[in-house]
Amino acid sequence: MTKSDSIIKISKLNKWYGKFHALKDIDLSVGRTEKIVICGPSGSGKSTLIRCINRLEVHQEGSIQVDGIELTDDIKQITEIRSDVGMVFQHFNLFPHLTVLENCSLAPIWVRKKSKVEAEEMAMQLLEKVRIPDQADKYPGQLSGGQQQRVAIARALCMQPRIMLFDEPTSALDPEMIKEVLETMIELADSGMTMIVVTHEMGFANRVADRIIFMDEGQIVEQNDPESFFKNPESDRTKLFLSQILDH
Amino acid sequence: MVKGIIAFGQYFLLDKIVGRSPSNIYQNPKFRSAIIQAILVFIVFYTFYSLYQTTVFNLEERGIKTSTSFFDQVAPFKVGFSPFLNFELGETTYIEVFYIGVLNTLLVAVLGIIAATLLGFFIGILRSSNNWLAQKFALIYVEIFRNMPLLLQIMFWNFAIFLAFLPPPKQSLEFGAFYLNGRGLQTPVPIVENNFLFKVWLGILIFSIIASFIFRNWAKKRRDQTGKSLPVLGISLSVIIIIGISSFYILGKPFAVDLPVLGKFNFKGGGQLPLPLFSLWFALTVYTSAFIAENVRAGIASVSKGQIEAARSIGLTRPQMVKLIIIPQALRVIIPPTISQYLNLTKNSSLAMAVGYEEVVAVWANISLNQTGQALIIIAMTIIFFEICSLFTSFILNIYNRRIQITER
Ligand SMILES: Nc1ncnc2c1ncn2[C@@H]1O[C@H](COP(=O)(O)OP(=O)(O)O)[C@@H](O)[C@H]1O
Ligand SMILES: [Mg+2]
Repeated sequence: MTKSDSIIKISKLNKWYGKFHALKDIDLSVGRTEKIVICGPSGSGKSTLIRCINRLEVHQEGSIQVDGIELTDDIKQITEIRSDVGMVFQHFNLFPHLTVLENCSLAPIWVRKKSKVEAEEMAMQLLEKVRIPDQADKYPGQLSGGQQQRVAIARALCMQPRIMLFDEPTSALDPEMIKEVLETMIELADSGMTMIVVTHEMGFANRVADRIIFMDEGQIVEQNDPESFFKNPESDRTKLFLSQILDH
Repeated sequence: MVKGIIAFGQYFLLDKIVGRSPSNIYQNPKFRSAIIQAILVFIVFYTFYSLYQTTVFNLEERGIKTSTSFFDQVAPFKVGFSPFLNFELGETTYIEVFYIGVLNTLLVAVLGIIAATLLGFFIGILRSSNNWLAQKFALIYVEIFRNMPLLLQIMFWNFAIFLAFLPPPKQSLEFGAFYLNGRGLQTPVPIVENNFLFKVWLGILIFSIIASFIFRNWAKKRRDQTGKSLPVLGISLSVIIIIGISSFYILGKPFAVDLPVLGKFNFKGGGQLPLPLFSLWFALTVYTSAFIAENVRAGIASVSKGQIEAARSIGLTRPQMVKLIIIPQALRVIIPPTISQYLNLTKNSSLAMAVGYEEVVAVWANISLNQTGQALIIIAMTIIFFEICSLFTSFILNIYNRRIQITER
């Protein structure tokens, strides 16, 4: 991959929580339309890493560039990057006081300064894409977990982002709902979106990922295409991790 | 006895729990609950009726015939503070004393509610801030004023602080056009000089306020359709102020403000909130604001971290996040208990007896009752007054809750 292709460039990234060294010398480039799956044991820094990309966490050393913009304290740049990077959370984090449609049209109206009519039109299109247009006037509390997560995906897509970050999007879901959310994500991947997905759904990783990254103790231990990653893991830590999650 | 209660409970409640199907009418739960209710209503009415009978009998023993005829008798005592109705010793009747008491209660309640809300939100926001000092200060404030008996606080401020430390009128503390001294707070009051023109001026003001709401709706529609937003609040406020001031001069100053001026020994002009009212208002404000601050803290804390992260991740700026996500969610938690605090404040104002503020319990349920002996009617009217306040509060709360239910479910 040549340098000009990469949409995210992270180099020598270090992050501490107080004295705790959460991310250690992370180097990572993500190409346009590339799909990356990050896995690793709990507490290894997966969430911290992707949350640094849209500045939900502040890093102390190293640099992060998103679409050519360097992440600094500049609020304007942060807002610009955030409206270009969508994020989907483990616990959905929909706004409970707003309807599904309002959840989706909020940011286009207030951040992109679109008219309400235009924003709602686009929101409806995206709700159709995640296959819940009939729930538009309901409140999040009235939906199932799987439906809520699909609304959350639609809400992020309404900003027409170039990059989508997913932090364990199916971990809080009942098994029968995992499938519907993964299907939506696969469709999104097929449409050419750049995606970074933290997940332990190895079937999804195998099907979608261009590259799988294994993290442990704040470091990238190894990265490879899915086939090599599953067949010939290099490090012992990766082998141990894979044996643990694939045995289930 | 205990066995009887248990058997009673089993008989009436068990089939509700186990869902036994009724075989005859006495086992039909609907029929039975109707019977129980009828018996209860009878017991309640009978109790009140016999209480009423006994009281009337006892009063008559003492030569007091229960009747409302004393309403129109002249009250033989002085009510010193009556800013809304004219009090004239030897002319004012008992029923007018009742109205004065009610208005005085409502006055301190309204003043207290406004001040306690402002102070409570301020302290509650400090309590939720990231500043260590502000947070600890607010915590100590809340803990101290919420947990001390209110009567003690009223007496503390009145006797230990204001009466003891406030200067005589000549050395009043000055707050702009307000002066605070040992007798109370001197305030400016508006004086209407030309009643007709004043009404015209008020009409113009009300008209421009209505117009600003129409403007607001129009601007909202425009934003929905085109995405272009206007600084509605700023425009409306400046237009209202400009119209208000210019029409005031065009109409030839229909009212004037009477400022308190220090004379030889005391203030001339302006109005006075007597010290008992000031102390009571101050104590009620401080006490109630501690509860409201706690509601505000709980409301802000009820907005989860995930909500804030989601708002940041879609690119909302901080002010947008506060306005669109935090405040709407926090207010749902803050408003219902705060409305109950307003009712509490109103009821608590009856502790004014301790400092001699002339609200309804003092001038009506105490002095008027002692003078006339008409316990039944006087107490009933006082209860009904507070009951109306309470019903009004639940009415407002129900409207609010219904609105929330519609928009949240
Ligand atoms: N806000 C925080 N304050 C302190 N420590 C944190 C914070 N967030 C995460 N950590 C720590 O950083 C490490 C990495 O966390 P995280 O990125 O959430 O791991 P993962 O997502 O891989 O499970 C963990 O040890 C966690 O305890
Ligand atoms: Mg995590």
